[in-house]
Amino acid sequence: MALEDRRLGAAMFAPAAAYIALLIGGPFVLAVMYAFTDARIGTQGFHYVGLENFRSILQSPSFHAAVRNSIVFTVVAQIIIIVCSTVLSIALEKPFRGRKLVRFFILLPWVVPISLGAIGWKWILDSIYSVITWVLVWAHIYTPYSAPMWLGEPHLAMTSVILVHCWRLIPFSTVIMLAGLTAIPKDIPEAAAVDGAGFWRRMFWIDIPMMAPIIWVAVLFGTIFTFTDMTVVYILTAGGPFDSTQILPLLAFTTGIQGSDLAAGAATSLFLVPVLVLIAYFMLHAARRAEVT
Amino acid sequence: MAPPLVRKIAGRALHVGVVLVSVVLLAFPFYWMVVATFKQNIDLYNTDNNPFKFNLPPTLDHLKLLFFETRYVRWLGNTALVGVLVVAITLALALPAAYALARLTGRWGERMGIAIFLTYLVPPTLLFIPLSRIVALLGLQDTIWSLVLVYPSFTVPFSIWLLMAFFKSIPKELEDAAMVDGLSRFQAFVKLVVPISTSGILTVVIFTFTLVTQEFVYALTFISPESQQMVGVGIPIFLVRGDVYFWGSLMAACLITSIPIALLYNAFLDRFIAGFTVGAIK
Repeated sequence: MALEDRRLGAAMFAPAAAYIALLIGGPFVLAVMYAFTDARIGTQGFHYVGLENFRSILQSPSFHAAVRNSIVFTVVAQIIIIVCSTVLSIALEKPFRGRKLVRFFILLPWVVPISLGAIGWKWILDSIYSVITWVLVWAHIYTPYSAPMWLGEPHLAMTSVILVHCWRLIPFSTVIMLAGLTAIPKDIPEAAAVDGAGFWRRMFWIDIPMMAPIIWVAVLFGTIFTFTDMTVVYILTAGGPFDSTQILPLLAFTTGIQGSDLAAGAATSLFLVPVLVLIAYFMLHAARRAEVT
Repeated sequence: MAPPLVRKIAGRALHVGVVLVSVVLLAFPFYWMVVATFKQNIDLYNTDNNPFKFNLPPTLDHLKLLFFETRYVRWLGNTALVGVLVVAITLALALPAAYALARLTGRWGERMGIAIFLTYLVPPTLLFIPLSRIVALLGLQDTIWSLVLVYPSFTVPFSIWLLMAFFKSIPKELEDAAMVDGLSRFQAFVKLVVPISTSGILTVVIFTFTLVTQEFVYALTFISPESQQMVGVGIPIFLVRGDVYFWGSLMAACLITSIPIALLYNAFLDRFIAGFTVGAIK
C-alpha cells in the first residue's frame, strides 16, 4: 500500500480513534482509579485508600444479593430467550401471508425505548389495577384481597423482572436467528426430507446444529444486554422489595450517583468487567471461526 | 404413524399457534397502552369494571393533559435536538474512519476494526460514574450538551462497523478510475464514495437517532431538571408526581413516542442485524 494512502488513512481514522479513546478508554481508566480512592460527589480531591472500597463492598449484604441476582437473571433469561426465539424463528422462516405485519408486532418490544416498555409493564403489573390480577380474579383463581402483588413480593418480583427482560430480548434473538436460518443452505434439509427424516428429526439433527453458531452469537449479545442493563429493574422495582431484585449495575448507580459515593459505585461496577471480558473473548473466537470456515 | 394429512394439519395448527401466541404476548403491552390512553379515569381505576372494554365513552383528556400540562412537548424537542446533533457528530467521525479502515490501512486496519467492534460491548453502566465527574468538570451537568458529548461514544463504534462493511462492498476500481482522472484519494472519497453510499449513511442516521431516543442511564445520571429531560427519562420519571401515577397520560406518552421510533427502526432492521452478525454469518 502506498505510503500516501497509509498517511491519509491514519489521518482519517485519528479523530474517531481519539474520541473513542477519550470517552471510553479515559472513563474506564478513571473508573478503575476511583475504585481505589475515596472520591465523592461534591468534593474535588480524593485520596488513595487501597482495597478499602472492595473490602466494604464484599461485606455488604446488598452486594451479595446483587451478584446472585445478576447471575440468576442473566442465566435464566438467556435460557428462556433461546428456547422461545429458536422456536419462533423456525416458525417465521417460511413466508406466509401477513408475515411483514407479524414481524412488526413481534419486534415492537425491541425497537421501542426500553424505559417506555418497562413502564408499560409496570402498569400491567400494578398492585391494584393489574390486568393479570383482574383476569385471575375473574377466573376465580384468587379473591380480590388475596391477589398477588407482582412487584411487591420477592419471588414474584424476580420472576417479573426476568420475564420483562425476556419480553424485550426475544425479538432481538429471533431476528438474529432468522438471519442465520436464511444463511443455511437449503439443499441439506431438503435432502434430509427426501431421505425420510421427519420434522422433529430434521429440527434436532439438522436445523438446530446448523443454527448453533448463530444461537451462540444471540446468547453473547443477550448476556451483555441483560447483565449490564439497569433500566428494567430501576423502573419496575428499584431493586426492591428488600434487595430481592438488586443487581450490580443498579447497585453501582444507587451507591455512586444517588448515594454520592463515586468510589464505591465505581468499585461495584468493576465487577461487571470479568463477564464482559469473557464475552469479548467468545465473540472474537466466534468471529475467527467464521473466518476459517 | 399418523396419516400425512393429519400430520400436515397438525403442523399447520402448531405453526399458526406459535405465531399467534408470540404476537399476543409480545405486543400486548402496546395494546394495553392504547386502551389506557383513551379510557376515562373513573373507568380505568375501577377494579369492578371489565378492563378489556370501554365501560364509559373514550376520552381525549389524557392526551390533553400530556400535551398542555406537562413538559412532554419540550422533552420531544430536547430529544430531537440531541438526536440531530449526535447524528451529525457520528457521521463526521465515522465516515472517514470507516473508509480508512476499509481501504487505506490494510492488516493494521482489520485489527482496529475488531478493536472498534469490542468497544461497543462496553456498557454505559460501567462508564457513567467517571463520566458524571467529567461532565460536571466541564460544566455540562443538567444540560442536554452533556448527552451530545457522550452519546457518540456508543453510536460511533457501531456506525464505523456498519459503514466499513458497506465501503468494502463498493468496487475499488471506481476510485481508481476517478484518481486516474486527476482526483486525489480524499477528493474521490468526498465526491464519489460518499454520494453513492446514501443507503449506508441513511442506515447510520436512523440507527443513531433511535439509539439516542432509547438511551436511559446517561440521561438519568447527568440531568436532573424537569425541563432538560429526554423523552426516555422524562416520561417514566417525571410524569409521576410524588407517588401518583397518571397512568392514562403515561401510557399515551409511551405510545406516541414508541410508534414512530418502531416504524423507523423496523424499516432498517435488517441492516442492523447484518451489522450484529458480521463474522458469524457469511
